[in-house]
Amino acid sequence: MKQVQLSHGGGGEEMNRLIHDLFYKSFDNDILSSAEDAAVLKPKGAVAFTTDSFTVSPIFFNGGDIGKLAVAGTVNDLAMMGAKPLWLSSAFMIEEGLPFEELEQIVQSMAKELKKSGAKVVCGDTKVVPKGSVDKIFINTSGIGEVLVGGISAHNLEVGDTIIVSRDIGRHGATIMMEREGIDLESDLKSDCETLWPAVEALIEAKVKIKAMRDATRGGLAAVLNEWAEASNICIEVEEESLPVCDEVRGICEMLGFEPYDLANEGTFILAVDSADKEVALEVLGKYSFCANAAVIGSVTEKRLGKVILQSSWGSSRFLELPKGELLPRIC
Amino acid sequence: MSLQLKDLYDGFRDPDAIKALAKIIAEDAKKLKEPLNIMEVCGGHTHTIMKYGLKQLLPENIDFIHGPGCPVCIMPKERIDNATQLANIEGAILCTLGDMIRVPGSESSLANERAKGRDIRSLYSPMDVISIAKENPDKKVIFFAIGFETTTPMTAAVILKAKNEGIENLFFHINHVLVPPPMHTLMEDGEANIGAFIGPSHVSVITGSKIYEPFPKLYGTPVVVSGFEPVDVMHGISMIVKQKIEGRAEVEVEYKRSVSREGNLVAQKMIDEVMEVREHFRWRGIGDIPKSGLKLRDEYAKVDAEKVFAEYLSSEPIDDHKLCICGTILKGLAKPYECKVFGKACTPNTPLGSCMVSSEGACNAYYRFGGVEN
Repeated sequence: MKQVQLSHGGGGEEMNRLIHDLFYKSFDNDILSSAEDAAVLKPKGAVAFTTDSFTVSPIFFNGGDIGKLAVAGTVNDLAMMGAKPLWLSSAFMIEEGLPFEELEQIVQSMAKELKKSGAKVVCGDTKVVPKGSVDKIFINTSGIGEVLVGGISAHNLEVGDTIIVSRDIGRHGATIMMEREGIDLESDLKSDCETLWPAVEALIEAKVKIKAMRDATRGGLAAVLNEWAEASNICIEVEEESLPVCDEVRGICEMLGFEPYDLANEGTFILAVDSADKEVALEVLGKYSFCANAAVIGSVTEKRLGKVILQSSWGSSRFLELPKGELLPRIC
Repeated sequence: MSLQLKDLYDGFRDPDAIKALAKIIAEDAKKLKEPLNIMEVCGGHTHTIMKYGLKQLLPENIDFIHGPGCPVCIMPKERIDNATQLANIEGAILCTLGDMIRVPGSESSLANERAKGRDIRSLYSPMDVISIAKENPDKKVIFFAIGFETTTPMTAAVILKAKNEGIENLFFHINHVLVPPPMHTLMEDGEANIGAFIGPSHVSVITGSKIYEPFPKLYGTPVVVSGFEPVDVMHGISMIVKQKIEGRAEVEVEYKRSVSREGNLVAQKMIDEVMEVREHFRWRGIGDIPKSGLKLRDEYAKVDAEKVFAEYLSSEPIDDHKLCICGTILKGLAKPYECKVFGKACTPNTPLGSCMVSSEGACNAYYRFGGVEN
């Protein structure tokens, strides 16, 4: 079995071949193939710029892999600012001995994910480090996107706004947890890992007035809502019953003592929209298979400023706090 | 059709059932001659009450006193220090259950020690220590065992399995404690005005409901053994209120789906084979309670970490911060928010006292879920 060796990161012939045969071929575009020291870009107007590092363990999981995650994660951060993803950088830190086949699979999965948004990897870097220096492979991606609509911000929520979640929550966290703990379920629970740009683009085209938008990654739904409540100094009241959670995720939470709203997602986003636009937003989202369970989960009020309140269906309420303590390390 | 996970909880969170029980309780409570303080002994119940907002559904003359039933919270600091001391023994792998990892001792926590490079592993099943010991024959694998009667049988099963398989590099630090002794301490102390107890169902699945029979007899205090779902807890409360207005004091079982009077005799026998009652165990926030904990029998001295690694372990009692009022809270004489340091100097990330330590502690539950109605 062919493995990645230290020489593949050494700057010599082996590295050259790896770059040409794998990266140039898979990420095929003129800017990358010109092989200059830096990519030269010509943005049209305001751009959004973001970066993220991916260290997930295991590197292959049900519903995705570290490559899909590395593209979707960065592309989604751009999309959440109303920016059309255009250009990505991609830096690999590879542990000596990683099966070549696995690296190929990861890179191909990145190429496939890039097609969903039309973004291109225009520059990159490869390092191979001695065994034990990293665990299999870490990937960093940065991204630049063209801002199509401005004014989307965690500071923009106003009393009366409607809060929408794009799909059922907690899948990525529950999937990784299950694979790590070796829990075998009869059902086929998959990570929600997905490029969100097509749905966001459709919302923008439908002229939905988006006040705030964020993908609920680490810290889950609870983290996003708390950040918004604090940033906009408003109260978000959520109907617990309206939170979409699939049976598998709920079951794993019951077994392991987690809450679905604390678990990480990698293809789920939260929207705050003008309440007049909520039906249109739901209709648009409903057209995408990865948003099939989109739902209104609550609204912005003045009840307790800076706080998120969860209402039970039997008339009691409590604060929804930020998750605390040791959550799952290396989930993305 | 096979049993689905959700079958285990779906009906027990039914809004209509919860509302109906709230209505029955409210009606019956009008007939109570004096305010009723119910102690839920177990931290799991505290968690349910706060998480599902059950106190908000009850009339004003019914209140909860949050009892000393959270296995991590009741561990005195010197014992938490024992865990970090064991983790620092050359060639040791320390294994324990979830919440223990981040509980601060007097100087450090297992999370800190792990960051420094010590081999510390958090397990979901104690049985995992068997494979860890087999995979690391040159290491000393130490299981830091915590918990009430619910988790003790698992530790006992692991000890017996290790013995049967001839595993010699696996050791056990036993911190298992018993539910009834602190209940007696609180009743004898008399300061706490406890009108009835809710007993935890999982403990009685093992021990049976019989362990609570002395309480109605000695103190005239009803005990209802109840499940952990909101419908269970509300049903348990309605049974307590019924006993009170009818002038009865009995042990009743709400969780009839798996609690008997005698309990799980196989599990009890397993525990008895490897463990015996300890003379004393110091409870954080309450103090020394005789015969309230378990230890390994002398026949198991070779795997008893308290004996094998005695030279590394300190035992000098370490008290909580002097501003901490956990002891008063555990007796029901104060609520968490009445403590000066609650939510300020004392938070789940920087707990000064026992009740803030784990998710089952009263202060922790108030911090995370409470305060909407205030």
